[in-house]
Amino acid sequence: MMVNNHVKCNPEPFAAKHQTYEIQTMSAEEQIKETVTANDVVLFMKGTKQMPQCGFSNHVVGVLQTIGVEFHDVDVLADPAIRQGIKDYSDWPTIPQLYVKGDFVGGCDIISEMTMSGELGELLDKSGVSYSKEAAKKIREGNAK
Amino acid sequence: MPILAKDIEALIRETFPDAKITITDLAGDGNHYSAEIVDESFREMNRVQQQRAVYASLKGKMDGANGELHALSLTTRAPE
Repeated sequence: MMVNNHVKCNPEPFAAKHQTYEIQTMSAEEQIKETVTANDVVLFMKGTKQMPQCGFSNHVVGVLQTIGVEFHDVDVLADPAIRQGIKDYSDWPTIPQLYVKGDFVGGCDIISEMTMSGELGELLDKSGVSYSKEAAKKIREGNAK
Repeated sequence: MPILAKDIEALIRETFPDAKITITDLAGDGNHYSAEIVDESFREMNRVQQQRAVYASLKGKMDGANGELHALSLTTRAPE
């Protein structure tokens, strides 16, 4: 992830030396800021979307994939600095954490509530993020009792 | 290191003395709880602000590998 970040912000040739330096000094906060700015929807999670390592992360991945939202996943288990850094950045002590358009939306409980109430759809609409309205409706109906 | 439901309630109660607090031990292992907190002070807050306030009342017990509480599912709202 760090290398990718860097390639994006330093396209000029000759950057090899500079590049190494930047990777080492880019703080967790800067990395996080760049990630949530460069991607419309980012999920900070334990594990990857292909292989979540925690039930709560798995749950949010399931919701996003079911309603067809494209999102960037960041595995906090891969980097202790990011794992602590995202908690500080969001002022939120738990993982997963969802960001849309650079704004913190919430953790697993909030995403679940917003999914059921339709607020998640409203937020995605407002943010210009595409998703399947039909699938979102199905989730709500399937869980409504 | 397990934590008791009444200890969680006591911590939350310090910050929200008049709240209706319901703690459920989800797995029976003293490690996975859900908490519902209904408090008047939540009325002017969005969910993130509400739950931040609850996390703050837990004073670091949720934090990382050293936290005593691995999982606390939160539901927060103002009274109807």
